Amino acid sequence: MDWSYFFNEVMNNRDALLHGTAITFAVSLIAILAGTVLGIVIGIAVTYGNKPLRWPARLYIDIIRGTPVLVLVLATFYVSSAVGLNLTAFQAGALALTLFCASHVGEILRGALQSLSRGQIEAGRAIGLTFGGIFRYILFPQALRFALPTWITAAVEMVKASTLLSVIGVAELLLTTQQIISNNFLNMQFYLLAGVIYFLIDFAIEQVGRFIGRRLEQPTRRMV
Amino acid sequence: MTPIVEVRALHKRFGELEVLKGIDFTVAEGEVVSVIGASGSGKTTLLRCLNLLEEFHQGEVLIGGEAIGYHTRRGQRARMGEQEIARQRAMTGMVFQSFNLFPHMSALDNVTLGLTKVRGMPRNQAIELGDHWLERVGMLERRDYRPSQLSGGQQQRVAIARAIAMNPKVMLFDEATSALDPERVGEVLETIRSLAQEGMTMVLVTHEMRFARDVSDKVVFMEDGRIAEQGPPERLFMHPESPRLQAFLKTSSF
Ligand SMILES: Nc1ncnc2c1ncn2[C@@H]1O[C@H](COP(=O)(O)OP(=O)(O)OP(=O)(O)O)[C@@H](O)[C@H]1O
Ligand SMILES: [Mg+2]
Repeated sequence: MDWSYFFNEVMNNRDALLHGTAITFAVSLIAILAGTVLGIVIGIAVTYGNKPLRWPARLYIDIIRGTPVLVLVLATFYVSSAVGLNLTAFQAGALALTLFCASHVGEILRGALQSLSRGQIEAGRAIGLTFGGIFRYILFPQALRFALPTWITAAVEMVKASTLLSVIGVAELLLTTQQIISNNFLNMQFYLLAGVIYFLIDFAIEQVGRFIGRRLEQPTRRMV
Repeated sequence: MTPIVEVRALHKRFGELEVLKGIDFTVAEGEVVSVIGASGSGKTTLLRCLNLLEEFHQGEVLIGGEAIGYHTRRGQRARMGEQEIARQRAMTGMVFQSFNLFPHMSALDNVTLGLTKVRGMPRNQAIELGDHWLERVGMLERRDYRPSQLSGGQQQRVAIARAIAMNPKVMLFDEATSALDPERVGEVLETIRSLAQEGMTMVLVTHEMRFARDVSDKVVFMEDGRIAEQGPPERLFMHPESPRLQAFLKTSSF
C-alpha cells in the first residue's frame, strides 16, 4: 500500500473533506437540537396531553419511528418540492432527520416521564405551581437524568443516519468520500478515514453527554 | 367572622358514581376538624375538592370567603383558568398519605421551591424561612438530605414543612400517618398536634381515633358520600347518635 500517495490525496482533497465533515456535523447538530426541542413537546403531549393532543402525538411517534430513515429522507425531499416548498437538499435532509430525531426523543421522554410518580405532580399543584412550573422544576430534571443515556444513543444514531442524505445529493462526509474515491480509487483508505471521522464526532457527542450527566449528578441545590 | 373553609351542597361524581352527595360544613379560623368514616366514604375526595385536585360538579367551596375553582359567566358554570386555580391552591396546604416529596431535591429545596417559584421570594429569604420551618418540625439537621435518605416519618415532617411554609389559610392532612411504620407515627402526630396548639386551622382525615378525639374542635363523620353526623369530639365519640357511627366506632381501634 502506498501511504504517501494516500497522504497526498488527503492533502489535495482536504477542503472537500473538511466541508463534508462540516456538513455532516451541521446537519446532525441541527437534527439533534431541533429534534430534541420538538421531541420534548411531543413527549409532553403524549404523556400529559388530553385526547386531541395525545392521539396525534402518539401517531406521530409510531409512524415516524416505524419508517426507515431512508424513506423518510426521500419522502421529505420529494414531497416538499411537490407541495411547492423549495427546500435545498440540505434543508430537506435536515428536516427529515429532525422529524426522525423528534420521534425518538418523544418516545424516550415519555418512558422517562411515565416512571415518575403522579403524586409528585399533585404535590407540585398543591403548592401552587402551574403545569409549566411542575414540568420545569420537578418532572424534567428527573426525566433528563433517566433519559440521558438513551438520548445520547439517539444523538449518535442521528450522525449515522446523516449518511443517508447522500442519496439526495447532500455533500456530507460519505458522499464527499465516495466522490474522492471515484477519482483516486483509494477505497479502503478513504472509507477508513471517514470511519475515523464519524467515530470522532460520535465520541465528542458522548463526551458532551457524559459532561451533562456529571452536572446532573451534583446536588440539585445550585441548579434549582 | 367569615369561616376559613365553607363547603355548601358539594356534589362530586366519578363518571356515573356519585361520591359526594351534598356536603355542608365550615371550618372557623384556628379550628381543627377531623374527618372520619369508613373506607370509600369519600373523605379523601372531599379533601381533594378543597384544594381543587378534584373537580366537583355542584355546590361551592369557599376558602377565606373566596369561591374557588369555578365561576359563573352568563349563567354558565365554568372552571377557572390554570393561573387562577394555581393561586387558589396555594391558599391551602396539603399533606399526602404518601408524602410525595420531590425526590431529586434536598429537604430544604422541597420546602423552598414553592416560596421562590410561586411566591417569588428571594432565595436567601426563602432559605431562612425554609430553615425556620424545618427546625419547627425537627428536621433542620437533615436539611441537605434527599428524601430517599430519610425515614417515612422524617419525609412526612418535611412534607408538612413544605406545605406550611407557604403560609396557607388552612392545612389539609389526608391520613398523614397511614403509610408509616408504627414506631414513626408518634413523631408525625406530635408535629401535627403542636401546629394545632399554635392555632393553625386544619382539616384532618384520619383513622387515628384517639388523636382525632384529643386534638379536634370538631369531628365530621362521613358515610357514603354524606356527612352523617358532626359535632364536638366528646359528643361524637361518647354519645354517637346515628347507628352508623355507633357501629363504626365499635369497629375502630383507639
Ligand atoms: N379517581 C377515581 N376514579 C373513580 N373512582 C374513585 C376515584 N377516587 C376515588 N374513587 C371512589 O370514590 C369513593 C370515595 O373514595 P375516597 O378515596 O374519597 O374514600 P376515602 O373515604 O378516602 O377512603 P379510604 O378511607 O379508603 O381512604 C370510593 O368508592 C372510590 O372507589
Ligand atoms: Mg382516603
